Amino acid sequence: MSTVAYITARGLFGRRRVLLLLPLPLLLIGLALICESNDVSPLDWGQPVIVGLGLAVVLPVIALIVGTGVLGSEVDDGTIVHILTKPLPRRDIILAKLMVAAGVSAVTAAVPLFVAGVLADSARLGLALAAAAAIGALAYTALFLLLSLLTRRPVLFGLAYILVWEGLLGNLVSGTRSFSIEQYVITFADRIAPTDLLTGQVSVPVSIVMSAIFALGGTLYAINRLGSFSMAGETS
Amino acid sequence: MSVVDLQNVSRWYGNVVAVNDVSMTLEPGVTGLLGPNGAGKTTVLHMMAGFLAPSRGAVTIDGSPTWRNPGIYRNLGLVAEREAVHGFLTAREFVVACAKMQKLPDPAAAADHALRLVEMTDAQDRRIETFSKGMRQRTRVAASLVHEPQVLLLDEPFNGMDPRQRMHMMELLHTLGDRGHTILFSSHILEEVEQLSGLVQVIVAGRLAASGDFRRIRRLMTNRPHVFAVQSSDDRRLAVALIGEKSVSGVEIEATGLTVRASDYGSFTRALPRIALGEGIRLRKLLPSDESLESVFSYLLEA
Repeated sequence: MSTVAYITARGLFGRRRVLLLLPLPLLLIGLALICESNDVSPLDWGQPVIVGLGLAVVLPVIALIVGTGVLGSEVDDGTIVHILTKPLPRRDIILAKLMVAAGVSAVTAAVPLFVAGVLADSARLGLALAAAAAIGALAYTALFLLLSLLTRRPVLFGLAYILVWEGLLGNLVSGTRSFSIEQYVITFADRIAPTDLLTGQVSVPVSIVMSAIFALGGTLYAINRLGSFSMAGETS
Repeated sequence: MSVVDLQNVSRWYGNVVAVNDVSMTLEPGVTGLLGPNGAGKTTVLHMMAGFLAPSRGAVTIDGSPTWRNPGIYRNLGLVAEREAVHGFLTAREFVVACAKMQKLPDPAAAADHALRLVEMTDAQDRRIETFSKGMRQRTRVAASLVHEPQVLLLDEPFNGMDPRQRMHMMELLHTLGDRGHTILFSSHILEEVEQLSGLVQVIVAGRLAASGDFRRIRRLMTNRPHVFAVQSSDDRRLAVALIGEKSVSGVEIEATGLTVRASDYGSFTRALPRIALGEGIRLRKLLPSDESLESVFSYLLEA
């Protein structure tokens, strides 16, 4: 593991905000278990719990906490300077941070989604959800990593994307779904394990291309932005 | 041997000009970057360190531009003013990590050497968040020295250090300067610069106000009259007596007392009590009124 990735991981798990990662996955597993043990039909609880909570909230919020945590907090407190004053290509720094962020988000979101998928339908749905969540984690963290370099309030803008763009407009204005990572994740999971629980609303090719654009475009733009990282002087 | 060069460099933020047409060349040895708070020292340092693009002009190290050029960090160390460090690491972990990111062949040995230089060997296995300000500062210096850069930039490096640590750090910078490293440190405290460096660059209000040998500049500063505010039991009679004194170059009588201009600080402060005693006047207040650095700098700017 590169030194940047090592410091990033230590920083992520060393801060108290890592505890924020626990409640949401536990809630998801807990709700699925309660519904299952009370013999509620998966057709009734599967959609609201897996999509409404798991894909619309747990995955993006975890990616937001982690994605802004690996870079945004270092930019905030100024420790990023110690990494930037090294002769490392900015690409290596962004890739190391993205790897840690995407990896941690993918594991944290995929495990509860896998459990919920197994309980609702089958191991196949569980695996499909986990795999789709991993792809989604990559696209989300690339976006939130970039936001950390574009604005001083990456969490605010990230939340706006999740809640307003994906949550609100995604339900009202169908066109916005083409720019919604949540919709790509649903499409992928539905494609890998077709069930009545998930209904993809974006085509598979669009989902593939758009996920790649979010992940790749976000990463490339972030590399470019990090190259121009400025520290304000005392007068500003 | 490395040379840092600024050619007609300006930097503005919107309508605010932070640095205005500054040209300077830093050669091996220790140079002090001096100026009152808010003068633009940090902006200059950040441009040298590649953390700010000059709005106009060129900033280079050995001919390579510093902006958007991470390669310069092989040869450059920066101790920024903001003291944030990865507090969850121990000092040794932190310095070793820096050595690794510099891709040094033996990071552990380089870290040992750097920590020894700043006398942090005893505390090296403690987490940085448990350190005092001075210890953090020394750890950051160790981290920026670990790859033995030819150029070392330090922004207010003595902040938070006790006198012994200050002295040690000054010795360290001296040694590095004598060995041919190019060292620039900023300070708003004249005495620090006086002790550490023969060469200074003085920045006032974003402009280079003076540049060169400190002693020469210092003489310039001492040539100006010292201003004192004086109150006594009989201001007018004291003024008459004072104007006959050689070290006094001017006296103004105001409602609140006297404003006395003295050409020589030492003789005036010795003469004043003698004169007052001789005249039977009681002194109520004696206050040097322009001792602040800002006034020294503004004098320099006018000179």
